[in-house]
Amino acid sequence: MMGTLLRIAWTNFRRDRVALSLTFVLPVIFFSIFAGIFGNQRTSATRRLRVAIVDEDRTAYSQALVAALQSEGALRAQTTAEENGKGEVLDRVKAEDLVRKGDLPVAVVLPKGLGDSKKFWSDAASRGPKVQLLADVSDPIAPQVVRGLLQKVSFTAAPESMAAEGLAMFEKYSGPLTPAQRASFDRWMSGARQGGNPSPAAGSAAEMGLPIELVNVMQPGGGDNVTISFYAAGVGVMFLLFSCAGAGGSLIEEEESGTLGRLISSRAGMTGVLLGKWVFISMMGMLQLCLMFTWGAVMFGLPLVRHLPGFLIVTLFTAPAAAGFGLVLAALSRTRAQLSGMSTIIILTMSAIGGSMFPRFLMSETMQKAGLVTFNAWALDGYLKVFWRNAPLIDLWPQVVVLTGLTAAFLAIARTLARRWETV
Amino acid sequence: MKRYGEVQALAGASLSLQAGELVGLLGPNGAGKTTMINAIAGRLKLDAGAVRLFGRTLTREDKRPELGVVPQEIAVYPLLTARENLEVFGRLYGVASTALKERVDWALEWSDLKDRARESTKKFSGGMKRRLNIACGLVHEPAIVLLDEPTVGVDPQSRERIYEMLDALRRAGVSILLTTHHLEEAERRCERIVIIDHGRIVAAGTVQDLVSTTIGAARTLRMTLGAPLAASAPVPPGIVLDDNRQTMTAEVADVGRDVGRLLASVAAAGGDVIDVAVGGATLQDVFISLTGRALRE
Repeated sequence: MMGTLLRIAWTNFRRDRVALSLTFVLPVIFFSIFAGIFGNQRTSATRRLRVAIVDEDRTAYSQALVAALQSEGALRAQTTAEENGKGEVLDRVKAEDLVRKGDLPVAVVLPKGLGDSKKFWSDAASRGPKVQLLADVSDPIAPQVVRGLLQKVSFTAAPESMAAEGLAMFEKYSGPLTPAQRASFDRWMSGARQGGNPSPAAGSAAEMGLPIELVNVMQPGGGDNVTISFYAAGVGVMFLLFSCAGAGGSLIEEEESGTLGRLISSRAGMTGVLLGKWVFISMMGMLQLCLMFTWGAVMFGLPLVRHLPGFLIVTLFTAPAAAGFGLVLAALSRTRAQLSGMSTIIILTMSAIGGSMFPRFLMSETMQKAGLVTFNAWALDGYLKVFWRNAPLIDLWPQVVVLTGLTAAFLAIARTLARRWETV
Repeated sequence: MKRYGEVQALAGASLSLQAGELVGLLGPNGAGKTTMINAIAGRLKLDAGAVRLFGRTLTREDKRPELGVVPQEIAVYPLLTARENLEVFGRLYGVASTALKERVDWALEWSDLKDRARESTKKFSGGMKRRLNIACGLVHEPAIVLLDEPTVGVDPQSRERIYEMLDALRRAGVSILLTTHHLEEAERRCERIVIIDHGRIVAAGTVQDLVSTTIGAARTLRMTLGAPLAASAPVPPGIVLDDNRQTMTAEVADVGRDVGRLLASVAAAGGDVIDVAVGGATLQDVFISLTGRALRE
């Protein structure tokens, strides 16, 4: 009996191509996609952080720091508006603007007075101005990397400064050096200035090092809503795509039941039917996104009310594009099962590459650029501009233009594919 | 003309429909019935030939407001009520909003669904769904109705009801073309029969016309004997005796003249006739005669 039951199950399974591909092919495809995206993070292609440097101090010390940061292999430091050294020299406002726009995650500001102040061995009362890291803290890694490298170059780029300060602190609390000790120290300092290797005695430099202050330029003084807004957008857009694909599948059901034939033969025609479905799915998608963000606002403090106009604009262009995409998937599929399998593969792939699952700014630059071919990336960028970057509404124009173009393209493709339903 | 790959679905088939006429389009599976309906309805592009409607030659894209098409599938929305289904299809097929209620009420009355108008159709029986399916194709008051297997899968009572509905339409001047495999019903209900096979019209006319042109007007006389005819007894000329020697059949050209003579000859041969039946050829006989006994598809 068991043999007969197994035979039935195996024969049905073997002849069901969709079930076969979902069981054996889909996992391999996904493994390959995720290995491609996340595997690259650990290879030699690990991204070099782009950093803006603003030298307000303009002393030998600050210039030494700038030069050291620029020669750091892990950084792509720029002091001008463009990465290749062209454009205006950056000031604090311009650098902050670059961070706000998401062009780079961190800007280092070396404040005036830094070179002349005590930096390493000072007590709280005598400590000078702090180096500021103007950061987009939605990338939690970049500011930490820059902070660490800044500490490193502060030791290696100007060792004599640290040593002189240390000695001054020593003399303050332990009394002045003897003439012989002073002479010996001066000889050592002379060597250090000429490029010698200073003593690595500063074992607790992390606690006592260059004073650095992290400034969140995206939400100054604001709460911790960055992750909420990222996940609301990421999850919202991904599920919007799933919903739209599912709703587009009603075309397949209508074809099977015969109602699609009736609709096509009516005054509406195929174009009217597709437009009707698109408008409905778009409205459904808008409602879904509104619900998602409202829930985020009520339960997790997402600042929806403050960003309502931007949210409405991005939603108004995101949902119709997703609806068009759902119609394309439905028109490509012959059966519900096909639609389900295909949409799962495509949507999850787009979500992975486009940043719904893993922030694009943490991906390699190549993957970040590759992500722009997906619908998700543009929609997510729109939401992040609104909620995270506090961008003015006008700054949403690239997302609006691209999403509008995608909507038109999706509708044109869906209409072309839908010709198969018009004739039997 | 219409070809799908190697299959010639329509090969010069042509038919016409007069006002207020109920025509049955019959044929084996794959003969071209549904293809013909789809061609008339504009759901396929003909390789050659044309569809003319009230004197207009139509392209596939031309709208056909005078036409009501009822597909073989139950093409209604299961989560909508009967009334809602009729309303949406009425609007889509051009019923003015001012006339919609009146038309929907008529369709509910006509399909005997008035009492269930506000129920979701997924709860309906097969017969009710069939009636609603037909009503949805008629709510816009078409002059011509095409029905693809309108009685498939329903019980005899529902079939009777559906044909009564169609009769009422026909009396109102609507022309009806339907496909069916229920030959007895077609014989009883349709004024004219068109038989299609391999994409060609192989016969068309009233049932009487078809019988006389294919099988002839002859009747069959069947005689049952009380006991098997003795083996030594001679079988009268013109009579066929079954193997059990208890049933006899004979072709009768003139019932009034020939039946008495045949009965007398059987009695003379020693046969004791206890039952007699005289019958003519049926549409089933005509159909088999024209399309053969070989299974299709």
